[in-house]
Amino acid sequence: MTPSFDIPANPPGTQPVDALSVWQRFAPDLPAERVMWSEIVPGGCHWSWVMPRGSRLRMVALEAGANLSMVLYHAREKLERYNMPDSLKAQHTAHYTRGHVLMSDMGRALASITADTVGWHDPLGALLDAERLHAKFGDQTFHTHRNSMFRGGKDGLLIEIGKYGLARRDLIAPVNFFSKVAVDAEGRFQFAPEHAPAGAMVELRFDMDTLIAISTAPHPLDPNPTYAPRKVGLAAWKSGPADAHDFNRRFRPECARALHNADMAYL
Amino acid sequence: MTATAIRIQESPLDPAQAVVNHVLPSGEPYLLHFKQGQTLRIVDLEGNQAVDVIFYNAQDLAEHYSATDTMLAQGGIYLTTGSVLMSSEGRPMLTIVADTCGRHDTLGGACAAESNTVRYALQKKYMHSCRDNYLIALQHADLALSKRDLVPNVNFFMNVPVTADGQLTFADGVSGPGKYVELRAEMDILMLVSNCPQLNNPCNAYNPTPAQFLVWDAQDV
Repeated sequence: MTPSFDIPANPPGTQPVDALSVWQRFAPDLPAERVMWSEIVPGGCHWSWVMPRGSRLRMVALEAGANLSMVLYHAREKLERYNMPDSLKAQHTAHYTRGHVLMSDMGRALASITADTVGWHDPLGALLDAERLHAKFGDQTFHTHRNSMFRGGKDGLLIEIGKYGLARRDLIAPVNFFSKVAVDAEGRFQFAPEHAPAGAMVELRFDMDTLIAISTAPHPLDPNPTYAPRKVGLAAWKSGPADAHDFNRRFRPECARALHNADMAYL
Repeated sequence: MTATAIRIQESPLDPAQAVVNHVLPSGEPYLLHFKQGQTLRIVDLEGNQAVDVIFYNAQDLAEHYSATDTMLAQGGIYLTTGSVLMSSEGRPMLTIVADTCGRHDTLGGACAAESNTVRYALQKKYMHSCRDNYLIALQHADLALSKRDLVPNVNFFMNVPVTADGQLTFADGVSGPGKYVELRAEMDILMLVSNCPQLNNPCNAYNPTPAQFLVWDAQDV
């Protein structure tokens, strides 16, 4: 597959709405009748959606070195949320790839990684905050640069979760898709620059109704001296929930139990 | 400051001069306020006990300890002498000024009834857990803190290495009887503790044990 990253022209004004159907450009293998929506998220931007149980989100790096930070909350009970330590220790992992399950603090699978061409997504590196952004890149405000202004992942996600009544104390450790932060023998972080090539793909299946908020701001450990956030393609589609022979369910017994616990909420 | 594997540092402080001296039995919660400039010592009395701690800014409880900000600020995962524990607002909360254990974990989180069903077996959910301890302490204290504030914590005296290929491992403890860690408060602190009751994990030899907490007033320099 050779992805095409051109953003098509706006549709004619006679169309009832201007929602673009762009998924064919970066996810042409998806079954058209099941695609719910698709978007191209510019670098440095943020948005949020409620993903129903049994839906999937295809994420595609449209440029090398993309980063997509995501936080996840149970849509109906937002006190239940993705829990980084619980997910890592249950699966004895410090990175995510196909098979892994993103677990809530209530022992349930919020989402499962069902496809991955990258092999390592970062759960440790957290978000670029305003202080680190300004120290690293200087100021680029709306007043001088309009929509090319700089905004870090932390502020982007605070805006998104704020739309649902969640406050700064509710901002959790994110998953940084497309980024890799290894840990050396001394415990030090080792960031892998340009880890994900253009066209790299990872897909989540939602096992609960899940509020997600995303930011495409740079990873806080990215050593690139210029602020150069990369765009990401998103396509949401309907797959149905995990069946009895599901790959994630059989990946580890802990994953099977977390998926079982999620299933119990949907009897 | 860069994290290195182990930085052993003994403390000159005299327990006879401490203004707080509290032994916490295994499996119990504990809430304690202490002030900027005061020094807290946590003692692993019998060895390899997990002491699960979350710190809050006592002046603004919405500001809490942040495992990710702490790791990001020091560029690594292990806590030991010299590590600065950072808040969710990116501010220093406490500095580790002495440590005879040499390594503490902030990736492993606190055990919960629900996570026990995932990690061990579904029927483990009625066993006691750290997050139940946190909740009962917060419910009785009525401090406007709730489950949303139960963020990733510090596991003092626990050794949770990450391998080069990204696996999380639960290694034999580096702690032992009487080893301690000492932290100087950089702001007024509310500390929430669960002295871990986990009986399913070999990290504590399946034998939770007491921990001791001492606080000294700011030292004249």
